[in-house]
Amino acid sequence: MSATILAANCPPDDPGFCSPTVNEFFPKPLTEFSLLGVDFEITRITVISWLATAAILAFFVLSVRRPQLVPRKLQWMGEAAYSFVRDGIAREVIGREGLRFAPYLAAVFFFIVANNVMGIIPFAQISPNAKIALPAVLAGVTYLLFNWVGIRSQGVGPYFKGIAFPPGVPKAMYVLITPIEIASTLIFRPLTLAIRLFANMFAGHLLLVIFALGTVYLLQVGNFSIIFAPVSFVMAIIMTFFELLVQILQAYVFTVLTATYLAGALEEAH
Amino acid sequence: MLLQLAVESTTGEEPSPVIPPLGEIIIGLIAFAILAYVLMKYVWPRMEATFEARRDAIEGGIKRAEEAQEEAKQLLIDYRQQLAEARTEAAQIRDNARAEGQRIIEEMRTTAQEESARIVQRGEDQLTVQRQQVVRELRGEIGTLATQLAERVVGESLAADPARQRTVDRFLDDLDGMAQSVPAGVGAGPSAAASPDVAAEASTTTDRPAGATRVDPEDGDGRTPRRRP
Repeated sequence: MSATILAANCPPDDPGFCSPTVNEFFPKPLTEFSLLGVDFEITRITVISWLATAAILAFFVLSVRRPQLVPRKLQWMGEAAYSFVRDGIAREVIGREGLRFAPYLAAVFFFIVANNVMGIIPFAQISPNAKIALPAVLAGVTYLLFNWVGIRSQGVGPYFKGIAFPPGVPKAMYVLITPIEIASTLIFRPLTLAIRLFANMFAGHLLLVIFALGTVYLLQVGNFSIIFAPVSFVMAIIMTFFELLVQILQAYVFTVLTATYLAGALEEAH
Repeated sequence: MLLQLAVESTTGEEPSPVIPPLGEIIIGLIAFAILAYVLMKYVWPRMEATFEARRDAIEGGIKRAEEAQEEAKQLLIDYRQQLAEARTEAAQIRDNARAEGQRIIEEMRTTAQEESARIVQRGEDQLTVQRQQVVRELRGEIGTLATQLAERVVGESLAADPARQRTVDRFLDDLDGMAQSVPAGVGAGPSAAASPDVAAEASTTTDRPAGATRVDPEDGDGRTPRRRP
């Protein structure tokens, strides 16, 4: 289904294989409006994002509706999921103080997981994180948070001094180190966070579409190439499972990096 | 690659995938904010509260178990102490019982010895009394026989003559004197001081049967009053 929708960009008179284009990620808006000079487009990807967010939210709210000491299945699942981030990331990466940030880290993790997994859910089959906007929002919030935590826990001067002049480095080396450190901490951190997540989802989606479209094309082309159609199809299936791994892994990476940045900001003196 | 894709595209003006439109950012931010708000304000705190309650329940359980164990230990100590006391008491009771048994045996032995001594004494007394009685009877009979024999020898009655009567009496008194010396010499058990009393008692007690046997057709009446003093 999605294959036909996605293949619609190809001109009808082109006999060759139409590879998917970036237009994959810019479907026709369902509705458009302008508010305070800002243009809003509600596309099917926007709706998918809302559904993913609503689903993960509903899962957690239902899991804590009637909490009991001996949890039932749903409650146990919710608690296990939260404990995974709380104990496996927040406490593991930051330490005891990390429990303060566990709520934010868990919110980030499950928001990303829910949106990423939409990339392989039938009928959605595109992750909202394959558009840069959502990863940019998350990276931006993380960026503001870890800088704010650094300033709050160390003070403005020591925090930025610690970033610019990391201790334990020979003085002469600061000529090299200082620009790199400032750029890496204050500029590249949020960019790499956002782009890593976005690019993984973007590439993953293209990969799946190529194998799906390839299967359809090989079946329709009408010559001996048809024998390669099953290969393409099997690859699409394999890649779907691979994508699931990547989706969860990228959510984990994003969360762990956020925790690492928070831990760095919390350190008394670098 | 993205640029290449963009260039290759047939529609001419392609949107850039790396430049986020402001509208999308705002929509994404709102979605994330709602999720983060609900999770952080409602879901995670409730989970933390559950974790806390669970930890409390477990720690409370451990504490209760420790208390129970402490109590059990105290009980065991008390019980052992009571057992030791009971053992001591039992040993004491046993000792007492043994001593009591010993005492009772001793007492019974003493009583039995006394009893046997008394029985032996009584037997000896009876023997003495009977012997004296026999002696007395024999003496009476000897007197009678001697008199009868004398009558036969002489051929007439001696009883009628007062002078002869006195002779007989004197003879009998001599016999009495003999009889009194015989018990002192021959009597086995009683002391010399006791023997006259016993003899006297024996004479009074055995008087009637002795008299009955000794009653003579001729002079039973004449001798009896004389011997009484």
